[in-house]
Amino acid sequence: MFTDRLRGIIRGLPLSGPSATEGSQDPVESRSSPLSESQEMEDSYSRPSKGLEQFFTSIKGEAGLSILDLAGVTQSNVNFITSLGHRLYSEDFLRSLRESFPGLNDQSNPALVDRFLNQNLVYEKESLDGVLIWDSLEHMSTPLLVATLGRLTKIVKPRGYLLAFFHAQDKVSEIPYYSFRIQDPKTLLIGRHGKRQLAQTFNNRNLEKLFDQFESLKFFLTRERLREVIIRR
Amino acid sequence: MWNKRKEDDYAPKPVNLPPATPEPTKKETVPVSTTPVRLNDSDLSRNSATIGKSVTVKGQIISREDLYVDGEIEGTIDVHEHRLTIGPNGKAQAGIKAREIVILGAVQGNVEAADRIDIRKDAKLVGDIKTARIVIEDGAYFKGSIDIVKTVESKTPVATKPQISPAVPAITANAAEYKR
Repeated sequence: MFTDRLRGIIRGLPLSGPSATEGSQDPVESRSSPLSESQEMEDSYSRPSKGLEQFFTSIKGEAGLSILDLAGVTQSNVNFITSLGHRLYSEDFLRSLRESFPGLNDQSNPALVDRFLNQNLVYEKESLDGVLIWDSLEHMSTPLLVATLGRLTKIVKPRGYLLAFFHAQDKVSEIPYYSFRIQDPKTLLIGRHGKRQLAQTFNNRNLEKLFDQFESLKFFLTRERLREVIIRR
Repeated sequence: MWNKRKEDDYAPKPVNLPPATPEPTKKETVPVSTTPVRLNDSDLSRNSATIGKSVTVKGQIISREDLYVDGEIEGTIDVHEHRLTIGPNGKAQAGIKAREIVILGAVQGNVEAADRIDIRKDAKLVGDIKTARIVIEDGAYFKGSIDIVKTVESKTPVATKPQISPAVPAITANAAEYKR
């Protein structure tokens, strides 16, 4: 029911990503060296993050929560989250995406989507208090995105929070890979490296529809035209 | 009389002896060495029992000295109050317990370190971590959960263990736990 509805909502959004052949030109190489893109950081900068601040303000005061970070493990994020007394779960979601789907069109293959979700985001029902999604959802085409949001809805507790980033530019087709490191509750260190095709873009209305099964949604627009979105389950 | 005088003469002499000063300096050097300095890769295998890269072990490993694993392990590893290093060629599909764990290779299984876990660049760990301190280098891959156990809690059992004379039951208890 939920997934059907989401499919309907998202249908019609432009897919500006590469074709399957384009994306899968060298699947062996991308599988054998999935870390190569993340290792070569070209530049980094710090910036305040209202979304991050809001996320941790929302869950502040409670210790021993379960927080999932989808950006892969970094010392700064581990230090920050565990210092608050929370249990940290970590997944390198983009790496798994690259390994599982050589091209964007592969994300429409139901068998591959099922296999991906059997290996990733595997948590007990309503077991997580918060998920730091960062910009992972932008890397997904509709079928995978729908399935992933369905899974997130299951594993996040009611009144749990998600933090997701989306580019605000409509006509951008290529953007860097980002890494997100928490410096303090209000500041992120953003690393940029490599380039990737955007699977799809979202405007505010699309985002509201995308998360309309969730209780509330809050947007913060950054100077780099990035929408930071806090979603409450 | 003569003896007493000799004793009296002796008494003040050690006060003026220069060796009295080196003692405090020796004490100071000990804490310096415990600062969390990153060990060189060559230091990790030095003075450790070693499982070479052409060796495969299936079963339970219990070690009472530092252990360096560069081969393949399937089972459990208990390096009681010592350091376990999984070398760059090492692959462990195992539950691991140790005082300190350094991972340069690949580990699949839950990992518990009383003191610290050090996950180096290019290392891969899939499993849940329980430790007092953790160091993660950029480029390391980790999937699982991290539970930071407060140092006070982790230190208490270490401090009490030497007071318990029979060390063997503690080890067999661990072994029994792993067999499940």
